[in-house]
Amino acid sequence: MKVVAKRPESLKDNKFHYCPGCTHGIIHRLVAECLDELSLRESAIGICPVGCAVLAYDYFNCDMLEAAHGRAPAIATGIKRLLPDRTVFTYQGDGDLASIGMGEIIHASLRGEKITVIFVNNAIYGMTGGQMAPTTLLGQVTTTSPYGRKKEWEGYPAKMAELLAQSEGSAYICRTSVHNPANILKTKKAIMKALKIQQAGLGFTMVEILSTCPTNWGLGPLEALEWLEYNMIPYYPLGELKVKEVE
Amino acid sequence: MEKILMKGNEALAEGAIIAGCKAFFGYPITPSSEIAEYMARKFPKIDGVFVQAESELAAINMVYGGAATGHRVMTASSGPGISLKQEGISFIAEAELPCLIVNVSRGGPGLGGIQPAQSDYFQATRGGGHGDYRLIVLAPSGVQEMMDFAIEGFDLADRYRTPVMIMAEGTLGQMMEPIIVREPVIQFYDKPWATNGCQGREPNIVNTLHLSADYLEERNHHLQKKYDAIASREKRAESYLTEDADLVVVAFGLMARIAKKAVMEARKSGIKVGLIRPITLWPFPDAEISKAAQTTKRFLSVEISMGQMIEDIRLAVAGRVPVDFFGRIGITPNPEEVFRAIMQVAEREGI
Repeated sequence: MKVVAKRPESLKDNKFHYCPGCTHGIIHRLVAECLDELSLRESAIGICPVGCAVLAYDYFNCDMLEAAHGRAPAIATGIKRLLPDRTVFTYQGDGDLASIGMGEIIHASLRGEKITVIFVNNAIYGMTGGQMAPTTLLGQVTTTSPYGRKKEWEGYPAKMAELLAQSEGSAYICRTSVHNPANILKTKKAIMKALKIQQAGLGFTMVEILSTCPTNWGLGPLEALEWLEYNMIPYYPLGELKVKEVE
Repeated sequence: MEKILMKGNEALAEGAIIAGCKAFFGYPITPSSEIAEYMARKFPKIDGVFVQAESELAAINMVYGGAATGHRVMTASSGPGISLKQEGISFIAEAELPCLIVNVSRGGPGLGGIQPAQSDYFQATRGGGHGDYRLIVLAPSGVQEMMDFAIEGFDLADRYRTPVMIMAEGTLGQMMEPIIVREPVIQFYDKPWATNGCQGREPNIVNTLHLSADYLEERNHHLQKKYDAIASREKRAESYLTEDADLVVVAFGLMARIAKKAVMEARKSGIKVGLIRPITLWPFPDAEISKAAQTTKRFLSVEISMGQMIEDIRLAVAGRVPVDFFGRIGITPNPEEVFRAIMQVAEREGI
């Protein structure tokens, strides 16, 4: 019998707790496939955020730590500086990375920490029940922007990939999406590239991945994928923003 | 043995290196900055890690990550900075990551001042952050102990898998004394729990989230059991002339040395006064206090604060004898002031 599909070794045999239609599961799998294909599982150390992916230590089959809200890049710094030959990644959402952890992420990038950040941007706080995120789009309704996000009240959505691409310490910054198979494959390529650039020791790497939150957006899974494509991508354009090529 | 002249903060930093500390993560703040500066000079030459973090929050979380790798790591700060670190300290306590946290303390509240103080006693001994936890808190009283307690602090941290705090008045960080430099530590603890890559074993997880109420309670009982073990084994104090004392002065840190001089003076004046110096602030040496409470008529807590340790003394005394207080904040009382405070109590109470 020929095996045509299997669970990556870098994922544990645990059921995801994510809501139906949520794209966290896809992103977890992509990260795990990359760790497998680069034979990094046994040298990888991952750091989970506070947010929907808080339980990611139950899913990734490598050494894992759970961070306080927003602090994952600082923890990753502590690990990577002491164990420079290991592969260190953080998995963070938009509230974690772009709001409470804004200081930690910017400085990890400025220092050129040789880590890989998987940044899942779904424009909303998922776990706490649909509050406004720093990446919530203008006009988007959330429980704490019930009249739609207004620039006069809540200011502008944070473009983290663009922001971090400005930093000299960043070696790879890319924004991708997982709303259809072609983009899922591009996301996997970006994660592979980020991990390779980390291994080459070129600096800070981040893949910002546009993701859906059907539950808190109040949409069905398919509608959510469409909403992402027609609303998020125009504001958060996809592509590589910074690449230091591995020689 | 030959002694060398060292500044307290540098002796502590050197002590940490002697203990095998491999990384320092910190943020500058007076009067603790010389520890960071010393590490910044030394670590690049001995394959150690020094990172000046962007904030105290980042620094303590770098400690969290660094400690999780199994290496000995530390941070140092002072009052306002230690307040910022509390989130991380709570996580570190629950994740049971050994590390050394140094508070070269100054007066608060708020930004306070940069003069030495002991007013972070509550923060240090009650946990400081959210949740039920304790730190082992060591209070050195001289530059030699700044070095020795750094070495011992790392040992206690590893032995109990717990964060250890050294709390020293700013004076201790800034002053110089001749000290004996200790031999490097060569024996270390196995850390099979470390997250350093899962080659040849099942993955390790460092985590403080426990969504099941039953498991959360179990975790708290586990921590409490550990704290009980620490409390039963690690209480330390130094007693001086307490056997026949009608008045027992209680003071810690450098303040205890100053108080000792005042006690000696008062003895010369015929007052039967003794001194207890808590060395561990947590666990508090209550047995030592309780023993003295059987024979003495009164206690006098001398602190560089508005009165914090006095609460622990009263708990240990359990109402058997009165406990008086003398303290200043920002200004370290000199021996004459403490002597006058002793004489005042002695005269008033007919001691």
